[in-house]
Amino acid sequence: MQALVVNVAGLALICLIVWWFWLSQPKARKVADDVVDILVADGVYSPSRIEVPAGRKIRLRFLRKDASPCAEKVLFDELGISADLALGQVTEVDVDATEAGEYEFTCQMHMYRGRLVVT
Amino acid sequence: MSTTRLSVSGMRCAGCVASVERALQNTSGVTSANVNLAEHTATVEGSATASELISALVEGGYDATELTDSDDEDDIRSAETDHYRGLLRKSAAAAIIGFPLFVFGMLGQLPDLSGAGRTFWLVVGLLTAGVLVYSGGHFYVGAFKSARHHNANMDTLIALGTGTAWIYSMIVILFPALLPEAAGHVYFEAAAIIIALVNLGGALEMRARGKTSEAIQRLIGLQPRTARVIRNGVESDVPIAAVGLDETLRVRPGERIPVDGVIIDGHSSVDESMLTGEPVPVQKQQGDEVVAGTINKSGTFLFQARRIGKDTALAQIIEMVRKAQSSKPAIGRLADKVASVFVPSVLIIAVVTFLAWFNFGPPVSESNLAIVTTMTVLIIACPCALGLATPISIMVGVGKAAEFGALIRNGDALQQAGRLTTIVLDKTGTVTQGRPSVTAVLPTGTWTEDDLLRWGASIEKGSEHPLAEAIVEAAADQQLELLAAERFQAVAGHGVEAIIDGREVLLGNARLMRERGIDVSKLAESAEALMRKAETPVFVAVAGEAAGIISIADAIKEDSAAAIKRMHDLGLKVVLLTGDNRATADAVARQTGIDEVIADVLPQDKADKVASLQARGECVGMVGDGINDAPALALADVGFAIGTGTDVAIESADITLMRGSLHGVVDAIKISQGTVKNIKQNLFGAFVYNSLGIPVAAGVLFPFIGMLLNPMIAGGAMALSSVTVVSNANRLRFFQPGS
Repeated sequence: MQALVVNVAGLALICLIVWWFWLSQPKARKVADDVVDILVADGVYSPSRIEVPAGRKIRLRFLRKDASPCAEKVLFDELGISADLALGQVTEVDVDATEAGEYEFTCQMHMYRGRLVVT
Repeated sequence: MSTTRLSVSGMRCAGCVASVERALQNTSGVTSANVNLAEHTATVEGSATASELISALVEGGYDATELTDSDDEDDIRSAETDHYRGLLRKSAAAAIIGFPLFVFGMLGQLPDLSGAGRTFWLVVGLLTAGVLVYSGGHFYVGAFKSARHHNANMDTLIALGTGTAWIYSMIVILFPALLPEAAGHVYFEAAAIIIALVNLGGALEMRARGKTSEAIQRLIGLQPRTARVIRNGVESDVPIAAVGLDETLRVRPGERIPVDGVIIDGHSSVDESMLTGEPVPVQKQQGDEVVAGTINKSGTFLFQARRIGKDTALAQIIEMVRKAQSSKPAIGRLADKVASVFVPSVLIIAVVTFLAWFNFGPPVSESNLAIVTTMTVLIIACPCALGLATPISIMVGVGKAAEFGALIRNGDALQQAGRLTTIVLDKTGTVTQGRPSVTAVLPTGTWTEDDLLRWGASIEKGSEHPLAEAIVEAAADQQLELLAAERFQAVAGHGVEAIIDGREVLLGNARLMRERGIDVSKLAESAEALMRKAETPVFVAVAGEAAGIISIADAIKEDSAAAIKRMHDLGLKVVLLTGDNRATADAVARQTGIDEVIADVLPQDKADKVASLQARGECVGMVGDGINDAPALALADVGFAIGTGTDVAIESADITLMRGSLHGVVDAIKISQGTVKNIKQNLFGAFVYNSLGIPVAAGVLFPFIGMLLNPMIAGGAMALSSVTVVSNANRLRFFQPGS
């Protein structure tokens, strides 16, 4: 009995991992105006998922509070954009969201991850 | 609500002050704006951004740039030092608990888990909890927050690994009946030591990474902190951020020039070597441009600030190096793809490991070994090494290239440069000095030397072509009076024509003469002799008849031959691509060791020639001046723009060579090859480490050789793996391209 419980629990955990980290998405912040403030702290970008309509220029304002080297750069690899984030200050990154798609933004080591969804 | 300070140029009186204040106050989001005419600054409160304010001023006919506070840099440095010291403190706190537990445990000096020993272990458990919160709290918070965002990273692995160890150990103490007796082991020392090692690894990594940004720190260090401005006749030293556009500044002997500008009074010699590598100081006088970061040698002068803050050439170079350091070449993209699925995969492997040991492990202690191996799998996996492998080498490689005067635009250019098979060189200004001068004037018939120079210079005055400038200079040296030229026309790749004194005058190459039916056969022999000496004969024809030849020579750079030899040593083929005539080009090729010559090329055809080389399967690097050769440079696999100083066209090329020497091409290629090799070493190490480490941690070797990995060793290995990657990248700092 104990063995059955443990095995079922293990399989359920695997399903949970697959679902939570790969299949489902965090709630998206829909952008009403053209400026989004993003907090960089504790290993996450808040918000980490931003939805914006295509054809708009948006300004992402990153406020970096994490002093570790992980957080010092933000990279939009597919858009060819990168910025150095100064500690304790707001760094503005302008993005031209012309084509629809999902664009990941990360720190250099992929500890921090976010997604810009252009619809 | 924020305060923005701007430097405003173009204000001359109180009327301008009122205009500027009005323009700022009318910008949406501005609550107040104050202008200081003496300092040429405006301080604006509100939510409007600096760019919006600057646009409003530009519309009003002024120019402005944002002033940033240089004290911010000190704050940032001090915060990073605090963070570094914090990591060391946390490591020490965890080690104080973990290390004695480990040592006494190994010596068998610790009490049993039952009876009186239970109280001891309960206290140890609580102390360990305290240490995990103090030293490892940031991992748990990070893991939780990341999980909420459907993200899993390094923090997740560390939190789960050490958390599992602590929870399991507390169950063993508090509820021993739940587990078989043989599974009664505690892992408090493992949890504490792992946290100690990970924090120590983080501190070492921070220190090592500090060195990777040496190159850019050196460039930033070229910017002086203060400047001497003259306001209302009074000289004073001000912070560099307070210097405004159009202000007058003084530079004294030995001082570093603070901003870009133009000399308005005085003269001096300026050492530009830190930017261009030119070891000989450059003479500067009224009207000449000076550049921030260079050193004034012996004289003193006044100059007007033309570019400040982010707009100076030095700031643009720093920005370019920074951007390139963040870009990723194709070789790094696989690691990124793996990194994005890595941690959840490791979590799944950990669960599978647990289930495998639980179901199939030795019956007596299955829970225990299942927990230990699961914990070890979580701890040993290191996504950080994988994620760091490429960017850290790029950072050092790009910085190294910048030290040698090669500004690389992005990671792809860095990677491609190491794959080149053929280098195509433009002639003028690339292989040669780009400063042609007249060496001989050979008139024919009744024409004199002065006639030829006078007519040649009359047509060519105002033209910026290097050959034209040589003729005009030669005429000026002879103090010849020039004539009026009408209906001037330039024919690209051929020459120029105009009407002077009612007669049609042509100046150009043999192709032009042929197409216009001018008989230059009597001059052919002289022309051949000149071309064999690598000189360029310019034919002059007046009213349909040949009048003579003006011979122009552009000296080959002293180090061109040596640089081309180094290209050959790298196995590269070298091709000369020039609009100049065949014989001259052949002579230049002979003197420098160039393998192939493509001459008489029209400017619009240069790109096609590059394309045809690529069609032959060559990976082509093109070296030119970035302005005239732009299409060919863009088409080449790697375009190198070779500079003549600090006025290099930084925007257009993949690699900009600040030093006007072909050695820069070879240095860039060698650094590229070294960097790519370094990236491959890092990627190999990170992949192999994880590919071997995870299965061994999971216990795949146990059935064969009884080997299991101690979780503390896994923690040490994981902490060291990122430090190893960063240290390997740091080796690039000592790389010498051998120029």
